[in-house]
Amino acid sequence: MAENPAAEVTTANPVAEAIAALKAQFPDAVVEDNRKGYAGIVVDPEKLVEVATAARDTLGYNYLSSATAVDYLGKGDYFEMVYHTYRVPAGGPPLVIKARTPRDRATLPSVISVWPGADFQEREAYDLMGIRFEGHPNLKRILLWEGFDGHPLRKDWKEAYYEQDQKPFDSRWPQGRVYRAEERNPYGKNVRYPEGFTLDDFTPVGEAPNYDGVDLGINVQEMATPGLKTDRLVVNLGPHHPSTHGVFRMVVTLNGETVEDLQPVMGYLHRNHEKIGERNTFLQNMPFTDRLDYITSMSNNLGYALAVEHLLSLGPRYQPPTYRAEVIRVLMVELTRVVSHMWAIGFLLNDLGAFYTPALYAIAERELILDFFEAVAGSRMMCNYMRFGGVFKDLPERIQGIPLLANDRVRNEATLDYLANIINERLPRAIDELDDYLTHNEIIVTRCQGVGILPPEMAIAYSAAGPVLRASGVPYDVRRAEPYSIYPELDFDVAVRYNGDIYDRYLLRIDEMRQSVRILKQLLPRLRETEGQPIISGSKAYSPRVPEGEAYGRVENPKGELGYYVVSDGGQNPWRYHVRSPSYINLTALGPMAKGHKVADIVAILGSIDIILGEVDR
Amino acid sequence: MYGLGILKGMGVTLKHFLDTYIEDLRFLGKGKRTDVAFNLRQGGRNQRLGLFTVEYPEEKIAVPERFRFIPFLVINNLDAEEDAGKIWCTSCGICAKVCPPQCIWIVRGTDPETGRPKPEPEEFYIDIDICMNCGLCAEFCPFDAIKMDHDYELASYDRTTHHIFDKARLSKEFRYWRSIAPTISAEEAEARGGWEHKDVLKEKAKASRAADKAAGAS
Ligand code: SF4
Ligand code: SF4
Repeated sequence: MAENPAAEVTTANPVAEAIAALKAQFPDAVVEDNRKGYAGIVVDPEKLVEVATAARDTLGYNYLSSATAVDYLGKGDYFEMVYHTYRVPAGGPPLVIKARTPRDRATLPSVISVWPGADFQEREAYDLMGIRFEGHPNLKRILLWEGFDGHPLRKDWKEAYYEQDQKPFDSRWPQGRVYRAEERNPYGKNVRYPEGFTLDDFTPVGEAPNYDGVDLGINVQEMATPGLKTDRLVVNLGPHHPSTHGVFRMVVTLNGETVEDLQPVMGYLHRNHEKIGERNTFLQNMPFTDRLDYITSMSNNLGYALAVEHLLSLGPRYQPPTYRAEVIRVLMVELTRVVSHMWAIGFLLNDLGAFYTPALYAIAERELILDFFEAVAGSRMMCNYMRFGGVFKDLPERIQGIPLLANDRVRNEATLDYLANIINERLPRAIDELDDYLTHNEIIVTRCQGVGILPPEMAIAYSAAGPVLRASGVPYDVRRAEPYSIYPELDFDVAVRYNGDIYDRYLLRIDEMRQSVRILKQLLPRLRETEGQPIISGSKAYSPRVPEGEAYGRVENPKGELGYYVVSDGGQNPWRYHVRSPSYINLTALGPMAKGHKVADIVAILGSIDIILGEVDR
Repeated sequence: MYGLGILKGMGVTLKHFLDTYIEDLRFLGKGKRTDVAFNLRQGGRNQRLGLFTVEYPEEKIAVPERFRFIPFLVINNLDAEEDAGKIWCTSCGICAKVCPPQCIWIVRGTDPETGRPKPEPEEFYIDIDICMNCGLCAEFCPFDAIKMDHDYELASYDRTTHHIFDKARLSKEFRYWRSIAPTISAEEAEARGGWEHKDVLKEKAKASRAADKAAGAS
């Protein structure tokens, strides 16, 4: 555990300096983004890779947090690729780099050579927006299947069954004569195929080799390494496999028992969250964020609230959230962190073969925390608790059940006592018990130490975030690097471990839970002091006026950095709503981490990244 | 010594294992499904002992007031002296506009004589297969007319015929809302200025003002 080294405060504005430096170096290729509410630079695509290299090498923007595309249909008619880059581990605000390409021949150079973490993100932009990235070594669809018609995040793409561009739909009121969506949208008729496409003749091109081993259409002998008695074999782990934590597939090329190559295949749970988000109003997105990483809905809420609050702050009469709201937000988010890490540790042990006993010990405390969420927010997992400018409701006085159904058992305790008991006694005890139970267990030690190593340079290059990054010796935590809410006044250390293997990722989560308990203890007196103060600033509006502009709200989620890139055109729906999902981007490093290990180790390595498919696929 | 870590871990497992029996012994003869036993297992301040689970459906955890499940519509109590069973909803449409998955369908009522809209829904549907239980409708209804229910045992055998709730199915008496949410309903009544519907209270205030005026004039 290291003291926090990130707090190196520079008084001058580092981003302005960086922009000036880039403009000086590339006078023809770099212009500032002067649109109202926007920031960063717009770069000539020809020079994009050069500018990116300069930003990384001379200015230190070595970490690509998010890369995503925006379709400005009818507002200039171009695609804009937006890169949010940061200095790691130094911290500070982002340098936002943008590059534009016309809609009809959308092509941009790939920046994968500068930031390898762009790999999956560019594939996603290719898949959903239809931008080609020249120089990308593996430009295939990633979330959708190859026979899919069109690119669904384009503004002119409509679902086969489509009611209206934006919510609220006119058919619901005042003449809301109900029908079921399926009546207009019978099963099977909701898919559009490209012209001339017949499903019967379809063989997925890119995937054919993945199945070679399955029907034994390959000559195994031919592929055998001469002189060695090992065979190369392609094995599909998943999509329905207990070790994959959901519907997720790993195509593994094995040489004997050793992994030569690993390709993650995802998208089985893809529901086009971002398109839904762009049709929703700003407020309607809040409950949808719960459904990304469904273990951490409270902190998902916070990230989105931060992004929209930033946009709101561009307008007149903006009031920041009240102090009590911030205290409650941090309380919820840190409890969520404990919940999520407990879950991650429990399921890592599952992956190591200790079936469910450790998982159940780990998540027992979670029950009490979820009961608390239920009493405060109304739901255990789908909390929908944060609002722009504050939170939904203040903490209730008592955690009290109201009997309604037969056999209901009633619990009735004062909220603050209940919380104090969890924070001061139960959580520390449970963490110590887990520590006792697992840390020195020889099986865990031998299976985890030295396995799945991710060196620090690689962790940064691959845009790994959260525990995966910090267990590789990079002390980077958004709560310290670019603080939000009341974290600056709270006392805690950024947990960091140096070996970058599974074992350190496990230990790091234990460390981090201890730090969370430390934070929670500081919140209890603040909760008492602020009692009775307002929990939301301004009046609550169901359709707030969000000024034009862009915002990137990011929080340190338990699984890593969660970011929301939201663009508003001044209407009641977000023009662009992108989720930088830590689970998804952390998977970029899975292949390299798994190389050279055994099959059984992959399962543990995947477990140590801690992914949630709801967030990977969106 | 090699193996010590495993032994220590086994110790933790053994402790958990034995604790379940100790708990059984404690409630020998009295049965484990009592409130006392429940609070020992599930209450916030118990020392962790034995099992953590609740034996559904023999026992259930009573949900807190703010718990939200499929919404219902508030109507006056059926034995009320005035306007018994009158629906509180004015068909203003706000809930249908905030609903994120757009599962609320409202047909606004019209006055048969004038043909003008009247503040009462003619039909009101919620497709409960689509409802995501977010609670936004209840949060933003200006008339406290739609509220989140607590009854989560709604399973049925046929979703195509049972899962679009109409006005009759959705309506529940006001006293039901008071019973499942005593604190919240009291807070709301205070904000409205009385236990009745906002509009009724407004009428009353107007009438009393008029009476005062009349009294003052004479
Ligand atoms: S918001 Fe309330 S009053 Fe308005 S239509 Fe909905 S239930 Fe009725
Ligand atoms: S709870 Fe949410 S999803 Fe359900 S009807 Fe109300 S607003 Fe719609």
